[in-house]
Amino acid sequence: MDVKDIIKPENRVYAKTPVLTSTTMHYCPGCSHGTVHKLIAEVIEEMGIQDKTIGVSPVGCAVFAYNYLDIDWQQAAHGRAPAVATATKRLHPEKYVFTYQGDGDLASIGTAEIMHACNRGENIVVIFINNAIYGMTGGQMAPTTLIGMKTATSPYGRTVELHGNPLRITELLAQLDGTCYVTRQSVNTAVAARKTKKAIRKAFENSALKKGTSFVEVVSTCNSGWKLSPVKANEWMVENMFVKYPIGDIKDR
Amino acid sequence: MALRGAIVVDTEKCKGCSVCIANCPTNTIALAREVNSKGYNFAYMATPDSCTGCTNCATVCPDTCITVYRVKV
Repeated sequence: MDVKDIIKPENRVYAKTPVLTSTTMHYCPGCSHGTVHKLIAEVIEEMGIQDKTIGVSPVGCAVFAYNYLDIDWQQAAHGRAPAVATATKRLHPEKYVFTYQGDGDLASIGTAEIMHACNRGENIVVIFINNAIYGMTGGQMAPTTLIGMKTATSPYGRTVELHGNPLRITELLAQLDGTCYVTRQSVNTAVAARKTKKAIRKAFENSALKKGTSFVEVVSTCNSGWKLSPVKANEWMVENMFVKYPIGDIKDR
Repeated sequence: MALRGAIVVDTEKCKGCSVCIANCPTNTIALAREVNSKGYNFAYMATPDSCTGCTNCATVCPDTCITVYRVKV
């Protein structure tokens, strides 16, 4: 059979969801952000909630997320996305409200906001992109940076004596009574991406059921910050990141 | 029953990150020698006969530039 006979509209099994805009993403080649954006867009399309979803974008590379997902957005000050999402959800309880935050945003400057939003059990979804580095500002050390990992501000590698230990904030948040679903996923393979999509869908469904805060961490790559090719970065993530940040559900009630 | 597939890559949006190549179970995809207007070697079907239309490449594509087609033969 010729390729021309296969490429017909009736044979199409995968195409870009209309919830994603046609804008070319500004992310570096191979960046996990693009994959996670797509998964969120697909979940929104499948649930039919495009006009009922409000996203809160962070400070970080994903600050421009509003250019890529065709839904309502609000942009929050650094780390304050959970506070903005709290207000948005309380004023519009019928909407699906989610925050999209990186590790510099959520686990560093925004620690107080995420802790208290999760402890209050706000019915929001939190998507947490953990790539163990500050990607946007040039690859500085983040709270989640691994021991021994070289960054712009830890050029000889992170040490416990000088920089303290990597912060596993997802495990911390799972301890809080307000969270109903806490999971850690990744998007390095097709299988992992499909699992992440399921997790995001479950998180949005929990939000409608008023079960509490759903928290989805996605262990991601920052190949520019890590100074690796996209494929090598994925391999490095499996070998190093998954040891400190194991994949799987941490809490589900 | 065999499955035959094909992909169409939006070559202008493709940034040549190769994540699709690493995830292709049949080694169908490769990077082209040519580049797009941004200077990226874009992905293409190097061996179209081996594609099964599994959608793995499209699922992991960060820039969502792959459309997948599949037929039963």
